[in-house]
Amino acid sequence: MSILTVNKLTKSFGGLTAVSNVNMEINEGELLGLIGPNGAGKTTLFNLLTGVYVPTSGIINLNTDGKAVTLNGLKPYSICKKGVARTFQNIRLFKDLTVLDNVRIAMHKNIKYGLIPSFFHLPSYKKEEARLIEKSMELLKILNLEDKKDELARNLPYGEQRHLEIARALATDPVLLLLDEPAAGMNPNETAQLTELIGWIREKFKLTILLIEHDMSLVMNICERIYVLDYGMVIANGTPDEIKINQRVIEAYLGEDLNNAGD
Amino acid sequence: MEQLLQQIINGISLGSIYALIALGYTMVYGIIKLINFAHSDVYMLGAFIGYFSMTTLKLGFLPSLLLSMLFSMILGVVIEKVAYKPLRNATRIAVLITAIGVSLFLEYVTMAIAGANVRSYPPLTGILTESFNLMGITITMQQILIVTITVVLMILLQFIVKKTRIGKAMRAVSLDSDAAELMGINVNSTISFTFALGSALAGAAGILVGIYYNSINPLMGTLPGIKAFVAAVFGGIGIIPGAMIGGYFIGIVEVLVSGYGNSMYRDGVVFAILILVLIIKPSGLLGKNTREKV
Amino acid sequence: MKKLIETNWIRKLISLILTFGIIQLLISLDIINSYLQTTLATICINIILAVSLNLITGFTGQFSLGHAGFMSIGAYTCALITLRVPSVLGFIIGVFAGAIMAAIVGFLVGLPTLRLRGDYLAIATLGMAEIIRIIFLNLDSITNGAAGLQDIPHFTNWPWLFVFTAGTILIISNFIKSSHGRACISIREDEIAADAMGINSTKYKVMAFTIGAFFAGIAGALYASTFNFIDPKIFSFSKSIDILVIVVLGGLGSISGSVIAAILLAIITTYLQSFANVQMIIYSLLLIIIMIFRPQGLMGSKELSLSMFSKIGEGFKPKKRRV
Repeated sequence: MSILTVNKLTKSFGGLTAVSNVNMEINEGELLGLIGPNGAGKTTLFNLLTGVYVPTSGIINLNTDGKAVTLNGLKPYSICKKGVARTFQNIRLFKDLTVLDNVRIAMHKNIKYGLIPSFFHLPSYKKEEARLIEKSMELLKILNLEDKKDELARNLPYGEQRHLEIARALATDPVLLLLDEPAAGMNPNETAQLTELIGWIREKFKLTILLIEHDMSLVMNICERIYVLDYGMVIANGTPDEIKINQRVIEAYLGEDLNNAGD
Repeated sequence: MEQLLQQIINGISLGSIYALIALGYTMVYGIIKLINFAHSDVYMLGAFIGYFSMTTLKLGFLPSLLLSMLFSMILGVVIEKVAYKPLRNATRIAVLITAIGVSLFLEYVTMAIAGANVRSYPPLTGILTESFNLMGITITMQQILIVTITVVLMILLQFIVKKTRIGKAMRAVSLDSDAAELMGINVNSTISFTFALGSALAGAAGILVGIYYNSINPLMGTLPGIKAFVAAVFGGIGIIPGAMIGGYFIGIVEVLVSGYGNSMYRDGVVFAILILVLIIKPSGLLGKNTREKV
Repeated sequence: MKKLIETNWIRKLISLILTFGIIQLLISLDIINSYLQTTLATICINIILAVSLNLITGFTGQFSLGHAGFMSIGAYTCALITLRVPSVLGFIIGVFAGAIMAAIVGFLVGLPTLRLRGDYLAIATLGMAEIIRIIFLNLDSITNGAAGLQDIPHFTNWPWLFVFTAGTILIISNFIKSSHGRACISIREDEIAADAMGINSTKYKVMAFTIGAFFAGIAGALYASTFNFIDPKIFSFSKSIDILVIVVLGGLGSISGSVIAAILLAIITTYLQSFANVQMIIYSLLLIIIMIFRPQGLMGSKELSLSMFSKIGEGFKPKKRRV
């Protein structure tokens, strides 16, 4: 069953069409890759899916619990509330807050006390805050950040900042997780660990994951299916093996040898 | 109809003064993103220098105008070097508080030296006191003088910004000061030059308002300062033609509200228009909407 | 964990009782005479104003230059009520009515303007406060126009000032430490990321604005009752600036900073009164010098705490900020 269906999605900025006529289907529980040369429109597609941009035309449908919800025109926060979480290519943590606070903030949408308890720290506040801390620590443990809970996000090394972004996205309790270049700036060793981690959290949280990545070893290793974008259009989709030998993909990447990647 | 035209003529004279002040706000904001609160006091001091030049030094109008522009220019550059430059890398709100500090300092130092009372400006003499009647509309020589000087200064400013090397540097720094620096532009001296230009215009506005309204005092800058800033925002802050349009618009609206409505609501209407413009088109009349890249 | 929360609570209570008791004692011994009591009232009113503006500007990151507008609504509402019902009950009703009126206006003003960012918001709030002032100036039949309202009954004394000031500080600092408060802070940190994490940024900006306006209304009401006279000029643009100066001097995002700055500024102003003619010159110079040498304000975004003093002994640790 598909969890997300994208139908003829188009976004133009003035005269420039960044995403054009994209059709896409993501099945529940799938780990999907989205690749393409620089400027192909990958991040723009993410921004459309998460409500940062409003589509020029086309439809985005999210199917959860047997119901279809149209995401077009929804604000980013309500798309997040519907169960779509994301990370950012150019890390956007709450830099001057602690690691723990970064994660707790992402849990706000499910908070169970109102304004009055927050003014007077009533019992409902205390109970809920204890639950938040407990749940945050669980997530931090999974991402190996539990020792750093009181560290400011800005002081974390780069790789850990990327981990924290994932922890924060998971804290919103998503069904669909969008990862924008999670391995950017990581060394091969860290990338290998991240690859393992992504597979593991998918099992653990029963997630569907869509990821943008330039690192072919990561994409070819863990993605079940891959969509290839070029000049805003989907030029191919299929399994990693199909993509590796697809003539249009090879032309788009001109010179990059996909056959050697992922081994 | 005649009355309307008369009001518009009066509005244009007042608008000229707002436009001259607004230009300084807009240029400084364009280049260092600072609401330079001290700008309104440079304008006030321009009026005072003009006053002393015409009374104590007994100079004529034009030499006084030049003297007050020169003094304001130096003052603007000194303010920037002493108070704002050390805060180049601080938060914008810290620089804003500093600007407020400079503004208070100038006001109260002037008050300590010249006294808090209102002074009446020396009257103009000769041909400048005359006025004409054109189809029932009265136009004074003062008004012609104000508008002429404003237009000449604006043309001069446009020439400097569009045609000269330093003008090109100003535009480059306001677009991206880091890139400009890498291209070999001296950012600090460009900023100083911007303050010099803006302050000179404010000085001119000061002396013009003195001869127009005939009275000056150390706190005279506050309200026109805010309104001139409103004019700059209205036209699109950072955009020079925007400040001119905004200045004239605010001037005309103000005179029309006083003429046809209740002069007590004059400032209220100006601010209401500002809020409406901001809500409908936050970047102002001529501004372009920019989005943060995600 | 639970024990820690409780000892914290007890510590807070003790320090509150001590503060109240010591000052009450000094008043009854006439060490704090009636002149100093006015200064005390000014300090309390300024603390309420600064802490509530800090919620908007320091914690939520929304630059407001119109706090005096909300203050004036509280002041006029309370004055008009106590002029008709000159009793303690009337005073209490007046204070809360003023606060609620200010909150309603804050909500209505915030809804359209808080879509604006940075300096544009600052200018819109400035314009809004000026419009409020001009309305008060022109509602002759109710507000007595430029002449203002005189002989407003005096009800504020140290116990009332203490209750409202301590109440404001406690409620706002509690709010900051709650999930709703963290939602506000996340907007200051990165609005786009906050939105992506499910936080309705407009809602929380308006919420911070409304809460801030509510407490500014309380401060205005206390002002009217303390000084027995109000006119529109008191609540002009320069009043908003005065409040902002306290917040920035204390440190954006530090409640204890706002409290310390409000007290310090009151002391400096009282001291400078003996040099009336150069008072404002010294004040403005201080402002410039402090900003050049300490642009983050006295406290930065840190809070004053007991652990801070014990830390001085063990040298400087990496700076951390908790919410």
